[in-house]
Amino acid sequence: MISRAERGPVADWFRSIDRWLLGSFAALMVIGLVMALAASPAVAERLNLPTFHFVDRQALLLAPTALLMIVTSFLSPRHTRRAALIVFAVSMALIVLALLFGAEVKGSRRWIMGVQPSEFIKPAFVILAAWAFSEGGRTHGAVPSRILAFLLLPLTIVPLIMQPDFGQTMLISVVWAALFFMAGLHWFWVLGLGGVGAVGGFLAFRFSPHVHERVLRFIDPDSIGGMVDTFQVDTALQSILSGGWLGRGPGEGVYKRILPDAHTDFVFAVTGEEFGMLACLALIAFFGLIVMRGLWLASRNEDPFCRFAAAGLIIMFGVQSWINMAVNIRAIPAKGMTLPFISYGGSSLLALGLGMGFLIALTRKRPHVMLEQQARQAP
Amino acid sequence: MTRTPMTFLQMKMNSLLTKMMSSAAKIVLRLKAVDLSWSRVARLARDLVRTRLDKSGGRIRLLMLGLFVAYVGIGARLVLLGLSHDPPLTLKVAADQAASGARPDLLDRNGEILATDIKTMSVFAEPRRIIDKDEAVELITAVLPDIDAKELRERLGSKKGFVWVKRQVTAKEQKEIFHLGLPGVGFFPENKRVYPNGPVGAHVIGFVDKDNIGIAGMEKYLDNQSLTDPHVAGFSIDPASLKPVRLSLDLRATHALRDELAAGLTRFHAKAAAGAIMDVTTGEVIAAESLPDFDPNNSNDMKDPTLINRLTVGVYEMGSTFKALTLAMVLDSGKVTLGSHVDARENLRYGRFTIHDLHATHRMLSVPEVFTHSSNIGSARLAMMVGVQGHQDFLRKAGQLDRMRTELPESAAPLIPKPWGELNTMTIAFGQGLNVAPLQAMMAVAGLLNGGNLMTPTFLIRSPADALAQSRRIVSEQTSESMRYLLRANATHGSADHANIPGYYAGGKTGTAQKNFHGHYSNDKVFTTFMAIVPADKPKYLYMALYDDPQGLPEDGGYHYAAYNAGRVTGRLIERVEPLLGVPPEQEFPTQPFPLLAKLGYGFDADKVAKE
Repeated sequence: MISRAERGPVADWFRSIDRWLLGSFAALMVIGLVMALAASPAVAERLNLPTFHFVDRQALLLAPTALLMIVTSFLSPRHTRRAALIVFAVSMALIVLALLFGAEVKGSRRWIMGVQPSEFIKPAFVILAAWAFSEGGRTHGAVPSRILAFLLLPLTIVPLIMQPDFGQTMLISVVWAALFFMAGLHWFWVLGLGGVGAVGGFLAFRFSPHVHERVLRFIDPDSIGGMVDTFQVDTALQSILSGGWLGRGPGEGVYKRILPDAHTDFVFAVTGEEFGMLACLALIAFFGLIVMRGLWLASRNEDPFCRFAAAGLIIMFGVQSWINMAVNIRAIPAKGMTLPFISYGGSSLLALGLGMGFLIALTRKRPHVMLEQQARQAP
Repeated sequence: MTRTPMTFLQMKMNSLLTKMMSSAAKIVLRLKAVDLSWSRVARLARDLVRTRLDKSGGRIRLLMLGLFVAYVGIGARLVLLGLSHDPPLTLKVAADQAASGARPDLLDRNGEILATDIKTMSVFAEPRRIIDKDEAVELITAVLPDIDAKELRERLGSKKGFVWVKRQVTAKEQKEIFHLGLPGVGFFPENKRVYPNGPVGAHVIGFVDKDNIGIAGMEKYLDNQSLTDPHVAGFSIDPASLKPVRLSLDLRATHALRDELAAGLTRFHAKAAAGAIMDVTTGEVIAAESLPDFDPNNSNDMKDPTLINRLTVGVYEMGSTFKALTLAMVLDSGKVTLGSHVDARENLRYGRFTIHDLHATHRMLSVPEVFTHSSNIGSARLAMMVGVQGHQDFLRKAGQLDRMRTELPESAAPLIPKPWGELNTMTIAFGQGLNVAPLQAMMAVAGLLNGGNLMTPTFLIRSPADALAQSRRIVSEQTSESMRYLLRANATHGSADHANIPGYYAGGKTGTAQKNFHGHYSNDKVFTTFMAIVPADKPKYLYMALYDDPQGLPEDGGYHYAAYNAGRVTGRLIERVEPLLGVPPEQEFPTQPFPLLAKLGYGFDADKVAKE
C-alpha cells in the first residue's frame, strides 16, 4: 500500500483509482490464461500449430495489455477525450483501408496488418459519443454537439456493416442507445421506438420469409426441416451439459476438440465442461458484479462527461459478456462476440486494455474537481 | 326629439359594431388561445428532443436494474439446464449420442492391425415425422424380415424424437430401405469394431460393446485416456482423424505363444494356461496370452467368468520361481557369496511344521546348488539370514507386495499373509504363502536379470532410455550377473534343461507350487511355472509359461512337475519365437559370458560349477 502522506503521480493515481475494478480486471486476465490453457491446445492441434501456440500468444499479449490499461488509466478526462479522438480517427482510417485492401477472412474484411481495427473503435466511439451527449445536454443552444452525437452512430456503423460485422454493429448501437437513454431521452421515444420496433419485428416475422426462418431456426430447428447448421451452439450446449455441476476436471474436456471456436467465442462452454456449472455461475456473478460496480461508480460521478463515458464503457463490457455467455448456453442466437479478457484474441485483448484503462481513468476520485464545481456554484 | 330612421340606423349600426367588436375581441382572444397551445406544442416538441442531464443518475440506476435482471436471467437459465434431466437435444445430437464413436486403430509393434473400425450404416426413425406408422412398419419389415414387427410398431409409436430401427445394415438393405421413400426414416453412419486376428492377444486387446465403448483390456484403456472420439457431431464417425495406437505386442510372437500354450493345454489336460514374453531391457510385453480366451468379434463369447486374464487378474503362489528372488536378496545383502554353503542335511523343523526338499540331497549345498537342486531347506535358511523385516523390505522393493498397475485396467492385489512371521518368510522364500499376479513375478525376475532395474511392464511401445529413466534399482549389477549365471547353470545342469535349446545361450527356472485348497496343500494338484531368459549373457527376452493343474503323462512317468509341461512348452517357444524376433541361432557361445564374476575370482563357467 502507498502511504497517504506520499505525493506524486503514482501515489495519487493509486489512491484515486477504483482498486476493485483494477483487481477484477487482473483476476479476469488470470482466468483468461487458465482457460487458454484449457481450451486452446485442442484448437491449436487441430490447426496443426504447436500445442501451446495460443497460450503463448495470449501470455505474450497480457503484458502489453496490462501496460496499456495502466498507462491509459493515468489520463485526465480531457486527455481521455483527445486520446479517444486519435484512436477513433486512426481506427476509422484502418477500417476503411481494410475494406479496400484487407484480405477476406471467413467472409468479411476486418483485418489489416494483423489487427482488427473495429475492436479499437469501440472504446473510442463510447468516449466520443459520451462527450457529444454531455456537451449537448449541458448548454441549451449547443445543437451542433447534439447533431454530432446523432451523426456519430451511422458514421461508425456503416463501415462495420460493410465489412460485414453485425455483432460489433449491434453492440455499438446498443451502447449508443443506452447513452441516449442516460442523456435523458423522453419516455415517449423510449416507449414509442420500442413499440415500433416490436410491431416491426412481429410484422417481419409474419411476412418476411427470411426473418421467419432465422427465428424458427433458433427456436425449433426441427420445425424447418431437420438438420440445420447450429453446430457450434449445439456443441457448446452439449459441452456445458457434459460437465455437469462440478465439471470433468481441468484438461478433461472432450467437446473442445470438435468445437471450432473453443478458444474464442465458446471458451465459456469449455469452462462449463471442465470446471462445471458452478464455475460458470461464479463467472456470470463475477461479470455481473464488475458491471454493477462500474455503473454504480458512474452514477455517483458529478461530471456529466465522466458519468456518461464510464457508464457507456462498462455497459459495453457488460453487454458483450452477457451476449457471449447467453449464446454459449443457447439463450440467444449465435453472435460473433468474445468474452472480455477470457477469450483468446490479440486485438480484442489490447482494445479491452485500452477501454478499461479509460474506465479506470474516468472513475478516478477527483476531489479538486468537486471543489472547483462547488466554488463555481457558490456565487 | 323625434326618432329619425337615421338615428335608428345609427343605433343599429352601433350595436352591431359593438357586437362585432366584441366578437372580434373574442376571435382575437381565441387566436391568442390558439397561439398559446402552439407554444405548448413547440415546448413539448422541444422537450421530446431535448436531453436532460439531471435525469442521467436515475437513468443509470434503471440500466443497472436492467443489466442485473439480464445477468440473473442467464444464471437462472444455466441452473435450469443443470437441473433438467432431459436437456434439449436436436436430432443430430441425439443421433450422435446414440451412434458408435470412432476409435483409433490398435497396431502391433510392427504396424500389423490388431483392431480397426469399419464403417456401417444404421437405420433410424423419427416417430414424430412418420405419417402412417402401420404402413412404415409393414414396408420396413418386408425389407428387414428379422425385425419384430410388433416391437417396431411400439417403438415408432413412442413420442421420442429418435429411435433406432436397425443397427449396422448391409449396403443392399440400406438401398432397399432408401427406395421405400419413407419420410422420417433415415440413415446414420456408424463404426463397428473388428479384430482381424480373432482371439490372438484378446486378453490384452480387450473388446468393445455395441456402442463402440471399450469394456476391457487396451480398448478400455483408450477410453480412460480419452483417446477415442467424443460422441458428438459428424466428427465422431471419422476414424481417419485419430492417430493409431501402437502396442508393444508382436502379433507373430503372440500367435506362436497362443499356439504352443493351447497345444500344451490339451496335451496336459490342464485347467488353464498363460504365458508371456517380455523385453527385459524395456519392460515391453512382446506377447501375452491367457487360456481359455475368447474371440472379441463375438460378444457372446465374453460372458464366461473363467475368462479372466490370468497374467494380471489371477494371483498365484509362484513356487520355486520365487527362489530367484530369495537368492538375489541374500546375494545382494552381501551375507553370502556364490561360494558359500548352506546346511541341507536334515529337514528344517519350525514348531510343528517341517520343511523338506523334493529331491533331498542330505548334504551341505553351495549357493548355486540350492538353486539348481531347487532346495526348499536351503532357500528357507538363506531367507532367514536376512530376517523377516529384510525379506519384506526386499519384496516390497521388488514390487511383490503392492498391486501392480499397467495400462490394462484389469489388475489384482497380491494376497499377503497377516501376520507375517518367521515361518511365512521361510515358505515365501521357496514360493509358497504369497500370492502374486504372474506378470508381477515376471516383472521382478526381469528386474533381477536385466542389470538390476525394476521396470513396470508396459503394453505400449517404450524405448530402453525411457524405461531406464522410469525404473528403480533393486539389486546391484553384480547380483544381476550372478542371477543370470545361476539360471544358465540351471539350464545346463539343473531342472531347466528344456530351456537349453541348441544355438541359444538360455537360462531358466522351474516352479511347481502345490495348490492350496481350504488351507491345505494338495499333493496332486499343482500350479507350474517356467521362466527362461535368452540369452543369459546379454539378457533380452524373458519367457514365462504357466499351467493350472496339469496332469502327468504316462510317457513322463506320471510326473506333473513344471519341467515336463511349462518347461517343455517354453523350450519349443524359444525355438520358434527367437527367429521371429530376429535372433538367429548362434554357432558359438560367448567365451566370457559373466565378466564381473570372472573378475571376482569365480573363474568358472556355468558348465563347470554345476559339475562340482
